[in-house]
Amino acid sequence: MKATEIIFYVLTAITLLSASFVVTARNPVHSVLALILTFFCLTGHYVLMNAQFLAAVNIIVYAGAIMVLFLFTIMFLNLQKEDEESKTTLTKMAAVVVGGVLLVVMVAVFRAASVAPYDPATYNTRVGLVESLGMVLYKDYLLPFELASVLFLVAMVGAVMLGKREPGDRHF
Amino acid sequence: MNLTELIIKSIIILVIFGVTLVIAMYSTWAERKVAGFMQDRLGPNRAGPFGLLQPLADAGKMFFKEDFIPSQANKWLFIIGPCLAILTALMSSAVIPFGDSIRYEGLTIPVQGVEINIGILYVFGVVSLGVYGIMVGGWASNNKFSLLGAIRAASQNISYEIAMGLAIIAILMMTGSLSLRSIVAGQESFLTWNVFTQPLGFIIFLTCAFAECNRTPFDLPECETELVGGYHTEYSSMKLGFYLFAEYINMFVSSAVISTLYFGGYHYPFMNTVHNALTGSLGEVTGHNLATLIGMLVLFAKIFFFIFFFMWVRWTLPRFRYDQLMNLGWKSLIPLSILNVVVTGFGLLYDIEYASWLIVIVMVVLAVMSSARAPKRVVQPQRS
Amino acid sequence: MQLTNRSKQVSNKEMTLAEKMYLPAIAQGLAITIKHFFQKKPTIQYPEVKRYLGPIFRGHHVLKRDEEGRERCTACGLCSLACPAEAISMVAAERKKGEENLYREEKYAAVYEINMLRCIFCGLCEEACPKQAVYLRHDRFVPVFTERDQVIYGKDRLVEQLDDRYVRTGSEVRATPTEPTLSRSAT
Repeated sequence: MKATEIIFYVLTAITLLSASFVVTARNPVHSVLALILTFFCLTGHYVLMNAQFLAAVNIIVYAGAIMVLFLFTIMFLNLQKEDEESKTTLTKMAAVVVGGVLLVVMVAVFRAASVAPYDPATYNTRVGLVESLGMVLYKDYLLPFELASVLFLVAMVGAVMLGKREPGDRHF
Repeated sequence: MNLTELIIKSIIILVIFGVTLVIAMYSTWAERKVAGFMQDRLGPNRAGPFGLLQPLADAGKMFFKEDFIPSQANKWLFIIGPCLAILTALMSSAVIPFGDSIRYEGLTIPVQGVEINIGILYVFGVVSLGVYGIMVGGWASNNKFSLLGAIRAASQNISYEIAMGLAIIAILMMTGSLSLRSIVAGQESFLTWNVFTQPLGFIIFLTCAFAECNRTPFDLPECETELVGGYHTEYSSMKLGFYLFAEYINMFVSSAVISTLYFGGYHYPFMNTVHNALTGSLGEVTGHNLATLIGMLVLFAKIFFFIFFFMWVRWTLPRFRYDQLMNLGWKSLIPLSILNVVVTGFGLLYDIEYASWLIVIVMVVLAVMSSARAPKRVVQPQRS
Repeated sequence: MQLTNRSKQVSNKEMTLAEKMYLPAIAQGLAITIKHFFQKKPTIQYPEVKRYLGPIFRGHHVLKRDEEGRERCTACGLCSLACPAEAISMVAAERKKGEENLYREEKYAAVYEINMLRCIFCGLCEEACPKQAVYLRHDRFVPVFTERDQVIYGKDRLVEQLDDRYVRTGSEVRATPTEPTLSRSAT
């Protein structure tokens, strides 16, 4: 077994463990911290695939910004006491149905999708580097990329509008 | 990679690690000295000559204090907090190019922990993780003041990361690379240093670096007048020491990043002349290594200047109020940095290197005009 | 009421753009601190360098000897009477034959003790003494003590050593305004 394989298996094990801890943890803060650990392991996988840019962006955006905000909100909520009684049978049923549908969709997609076999001889190791990624984004996928950025802009404007204090609002 | 290269590389990494720790250690001494001198005092001068053994005495004190864990605290997270803080602080110096290269037995080895082509993003990512140490520690203390400190740290870091990133983007546009080594290589001659081509970006980056390091005037997470001690209220002994140490390491790393991004890294004026003279007189290998050494010394001089600047500002300015902090970050720095990116883009399009001076000039003119038009503030002596 | 001419009227005016940018004010502040950075420090390195505390400082007590080296104290007890802290106690004894070179008067203090924990260094003993025997040195502190049995100073530590005689410099300075100057010069 090569060193990278060992790293891969260790990383995968930690990823799966922490991902399941996200779901099972009673304390929401522990859950979020486990999720952050999961993101770290995913970053490790990106690095193993030589996708350095993606790895860095994953850390900066997900672990560094979004999860900080998650943690921020959860710390404010003060969920120390058990709030289990709010989960009625109906919500549990709905959750099971939604989760099941998602599982079916995922399985269907993975069955239908054909992943091209990996050939070490012709594989371009530089495909994940930022230069090649930029070329692909700005040449082959220019329109979707720009549309996504417009979408983000709209979301940002919407967030600002929602957060803006209106004349009648209470100051607190 | 053969064995010699590996050995030299590991020596470089170990030296960088050690130097980071030693500089952080002596920053605590320097901070107290600078504070003393600025307040017309002498600072620590009892432990050893000029108080040089003071960091050791401090460390000894830290180690022998009671290592206290509050009974209601979350024990593991309470311990993990300071570890995370110091881990993330130490990680970021890995990609900073501290010198040109060392030649040894026909090998050319760059003086840098690792050269990756997304260097600045790596630094940025690690810095953005630095807040976890504070947040986890602050939450795990199970103390309202600690929690408030942690939350302040989180919101402050996220807010200033945006402006910081946008300031960097202007540089990336000019250099065309994310690698710190190519950014340094792009500033070879004195007038192409990014501080001259990106003056506004420099000021924004510097401000954001202060905010990211939680240094005065942005040290609201540990604001003792409001929050007792902020996120480290409950910490004692070496756990507290780790938090304080992490702050100084962060200071060193951000000084290094500022020198690398804006002040030409290991470049200095007439570097090529010095390099040629050295290689001419001492031979290709020795001369080159000596020139590299001079470059490293120059870089460290720049770093020390910025560490001094951090302290200088700390002992000059009072702390911002929280709403002022947020207003400055979101309403001034982010729009300014976006404007900077746009103007830099125009400059690149029409091949004007010093385009962002335009913003500076316009701002200065506006400021002068507005202060000239404003009614003179009459200072009336109060009557009894 | 005006205390200094540096007071400023506080105004709530809208800041100009230059003031909103903070940078000019920051530069001003930095200039002030860097000026102080290079200024000469007024610190006196205490244990190595001691500052002259003036000719009327009241420090360590001393039981004076006269010009011939005889103890001046006659154990009259006026000092302990004058002492507001009741720190001084003594036992008188009569001078034997052959001790004339040791004690000036016929009566002397066999035991003379000052409790330094009680003493408030007011100098009233010095004023009360009719023989100019007890002085509070202006040039020496009572050293720091760490144990209770170190605080009572007997004659061994109070009587002036012949090789270390105490001379009050600047004797033209009156210890207290009520005293005649010449009678108090300790020579």
